[in-house]
Amino acid sequence: MDFDLMITSFPKLLSATVVTLKLLSASLFFGLFIGLFFAILRMNKNILVNKFAYGYSYVFRGTPLLVQIFIIYFGLGQIEYLRSTILWVILKEPYWCAIIAFTLNTGAYTSEILRSAFQTIKPGIIEAGKSLGISNKIIFYKIQIPIAIRQSLPAYGNEIILMMKGTSLASTVTLMDLTGVAKYIISTTFKPIEIFIVAGGIYLFMTFLIHNLIKFLEKKYSFQ
Amino acid sequence: MELLAFGKTGWGDELFYATLMTIAVSVTAMLIGFIFALIFTPLKLSKFKSLNLIGNFYTTVIRGVPELLVIYLFFFGGSGAIMYVASIFGYFEYIEINAFITGSMAIGIISGAYSTEVFRGAIQSIDKGQFEAAKVLGISKFAQFYKIILPQMLRLAIPNLSNVWQITLKDTSLISVTGLVEIMRQSYIAAGSTRDPLFFYSFAAVLYLLLTYLSMKLINKLEAKYSRGY
Repeated sequence: MDFDLMITSFPKLLSATVVTLKLLSASLFFGLFIGLFFAILRMNKNILVNKFAYGYSYVFRGTPLLVQIFIIYFGLGQIEYLRSTILWVILKEPYWCAIIAFTLNTGAYTSEILRSAFQTIKPGIIEAGKSLGISNKIIFYKIQIPIAIRQSLPAYGNEIILMMKGTSLASTVTLMDLTGVAKYIISTTFKPIEIFIVAGGIYLFMTFLIHNLIKFLEKKYSFQ
Repeated sequence: MELLAFGKTGWGDELFYATLMTIAVSVTAMLIGFIFALIFTPLKLSKFKSLNLIGNFYTTVIRGVPELLVIYLFFFGGSGAIMYVASIFGYFEYIEINAFITGSMAIGIISGAYSTEVFRGAIQSIDKGQFEAAKVLGISKFAQFYKIILPQMLRLAIPNLSNVWQITLKDTSLISVTGLVEIMRQSYIAAGSTRDPLFFYSFAAVLYLLLTYLSMKLINKLEAKYSRGY
């Protein structure tokens, strides 16, 4: 055990954690909107719209995140047309490519979580709203969405933890996130166990925090 | 299309073998995971607090740490650990372990943590009366597990195990960082030499979709088989 290395690498890994957290929060923020959008599409009665939303979530949940990042980072740059548009400003940065990939990926999972949450809302609640003369729009925003958010909290908590682990893939497109820096230190010092303990410890600590935050929210918003 | 031709001109045969490699790694990892689950599920269900602690430590750490980090640990630390063990037995030469073994061990340990949770949940949801009835009938512990608990447990576990299989299958793409030529690595090589990453990575995505689709079909059949009588 090389304790000196563990102590000296800790600040480096901690500053890399900031990158991980930035990636995580940005992709969760955008992913929530994408997820809500596709969950609403999934409940649409039009079969084409429905199939489109299903296809989106099927493709993104059925392929590895690594493939998705590589298609966006290496693949999209190949299209000449894209290079001439304003989009290229975003797509040439590995940071934004990673965020786009993570957003689309977590959006697919979130849409499934929200869809099943919407479906478990008892029809009686919506009917009660209707019989009180509340408009459909307000029923959706003030009744269905809050209940769905509460219902989906446990599953969404798991998704946040999965996404936190997913951000480690940013290191494959040259980003120096927690895993990226850990790999760099491992490959220069050849002390994998020490670095694994420190970096893994930081990840575990974040998992612990997310887990407890979700538990707290679940309690706060429980029906009882 | 000529990019996918079989033989020397295209990448068809290479990608075909890479797909077989992905399947081989996934199956091996899943089996290694089952072995880990067989060891750690009893620990998690044990009456002894210290054994519980070991079981919980395994599942919490592995499920809380990114897969890529575990793979790096095995990739950089695997041969070192083996060499250390060998040195105890008086062997000091350099030992290199093959990427297939490191990869499937790393993914296997990850998949084992998920399988452990699935088995634990399945055993806990079996009615307590089943255990008691078996005990009262004087059935041996071994027969109790294989003839009574296991068949009931499998029915409950299969839907969740199919999720574990999907996770394992997708995780194998991460082994490409160690140089094992599976779908992802082969696409990387092909994309590099033809300068057509969009096509090859999209094709890799299609291959993965095909694998997940086909395995779902197969698992649904298994599920139907084990739910007979329900």
